[in-house]
Amino acid sequence: MTRRLNRLAAIVGVGASKFGTFEDKLGRELFADAFLEMMNSIDRGINIKDIEAFYLGTAAPLSFEGQAHLAPIIADQVGLVNRPATRVEGACASGGLALREGIIAIASGLYDIVLVGGVEKMTNLPTSEVTDVLAAFSDTPYESRVGITFPGAYALMATAYRHKYGLTDEQLMAVTIKNHQNGALNPKAQFNCSISDIMISRLAKIKEKGQPVPDWSSEMDFLKDLQANPVIAWPLKLFDCSPITDGAACVLLVAEHLAKSFTETPVYVIGSGQASDYSLHGRKDLTTLDGAKEAAHQAYDMAGVRPEDIRMAEVHDCFTIAEIIATEDLGFFRQGEGGRAAEQGLTARHGTKPVNPSGGLKAKGHPVGASGVAQVVEVWQQMRREAGARQINRDVHLALTHNVGAHGATSVVHIYERR
Amino acid sequence: MTEAEFTCASFYGALHDKRLMGTRCKECQAVYLPPRQICLKCQSTEMEWVLMKGEGKLVTFSTIAVGTSSMVAEGYNRYRHYCCGIVELDEGLRVSAHILGIDTQDPSSIEIGTPVTIEFPEGEGKPGVLTFRARQAC
Repeated sequence: MTRRLNRLAAIVGVGASKFGTFEDKLGRELFADAFLEMMNSIDRGINIKDIEAFYLGTAAPLSFEGQAHLAPIIADQVGLVNRPATRVEGACASGGLALREGIIAIASGLYDIVLVGGVEKMTNLPTSEVTDVLAAFSDTPYESRVGITFPGAYALMATAYRHKYGLTDEQLMAVTIKNHQNGALNPKAQFNCSISDIMISRLAKIKEKGQPVPDWSSEMDFLKDLQANPVIAWPLKLFDCSPITDGAACVLLVAEHLAKSFTETPVYVIGSGQASDYSLHGRKDLTTLDGAKEAAHQAYDMAGVRPEDIRMAEVHDCFTIAEIIATEDLGFFRQGEGGRAAEQGLTARHGTKPVNPSGGLKAKGHPVGASGVAQVVEVWQQMRREAGARQINRDVHLALTHNVGAHGATSVVHIYERR
Repeated sequence: MTEAEFTCASFYGALHDKRLMGTRCKECQAVYLPPRQICLKCQSTEMEWVLMKGEGKLVTFSTIAVGTSSMVAEGYNRYRHYCCGIVELDEGLRVSAHILGIDTQDPSSIEIGTPVTIEFPEGEGKPGVLTFRARQAC
């Protein structure tokens, strides 16, 4: 059954904080940075009083910064008290789910103007504790308990994928290299640098310390060196993993009939899909996310478009293998061909199917609850030709975001059109 | 004798007594592991416990260098990796497990399909961790 929205939501403003490690900032303060940028991005401006409701995606603020009940606190921080402020949680898909709730609220007719945001302040905790928090996004008594970490869950998929399709380390590394090339052009990115930049700075440090100089002649050489790129959860290494990040993002949604009163170039959300999935041991095939395929099917069906129509996508590359599987689940490439496609440059910024021009979660950073909203920020900028040095050279009138919670237990896909 | 409740606590209680138990729907005979209270196929809540043989094969795995804090407390670290995997039991069900008896320092030598047998780690008060050991391939 094709599901339809009674009326569409349009995006008329977006904002993001800088992504990275910010010792002296609370999550709410990062959110305020994103909010101010969003307010300034609305071409014809808005009175803050007109924002009727707020949906916040955040995954684990209680664990990360000792703060539960974050939505009203953030509403207060940006001046939106005495209105509905609702937290939405779906692990690393919290942001994408918040967007979907905002869209549904507008489609229902209840509100005309809705703020959707995402935030996570992760770096207060040491890596060992972050590992435990993220592991708890899986099935705690049956997965985390036997030692499956978050990288471990994706490593289980990567091993299955290697066995079934012959995935190579070079194919995973091609994703890392590509996303860092894009991140190098994104001033908001946590890793605003290419793998080559990282390699050169490492070499300089090694020489300074008078240590033996490694024989790295290329980015691949560097990534193949287990000293430089140690195993986290084999076959995944450090540079296969997105970083631990602080950051926030938000977008303003308005009912479609109001869109042009805010900007000449709104971006309409024309498709939305969401699905859950079993824990890993409940799945027949570990080389694909059935939930993501279902969410994509719902979104394509609602939008009335096909995978080949999509001009660019921001996908959930929490790990390199996740991007490869995503590009297959979304129908961009056949199953088992995503790795080769990455290696051939098809997903590069000027490839036939640009994926993660923002740098993705890998280079831009992955503040888990914010990532799904930050993807929309990139889509908006690319569709309006406001992406600066990383602008895709072809016209992006149709775009897609794919946001995944944990190991695919939640997936949410949205499709956007510039009209 | 009445059946123990179809809960996680009962599952780990049985594991502590060296039994790997699943639940079977009395209506349609579908078997589940981890245990379920409600049959996914026919929605019946008439379940019974069923003993698994504890043998199967590895369908996927990872050797983990940066582990959960409970694994770190067991002495695993960046230099001593542990292995997690998904085991397909002879009964056809899949479980996530800690895997012993393989060379975690040389993961590319580990084969999908490696036969494994359940093992019950000794140690009073130690939280139950579902564990399998690779059988020597012939």
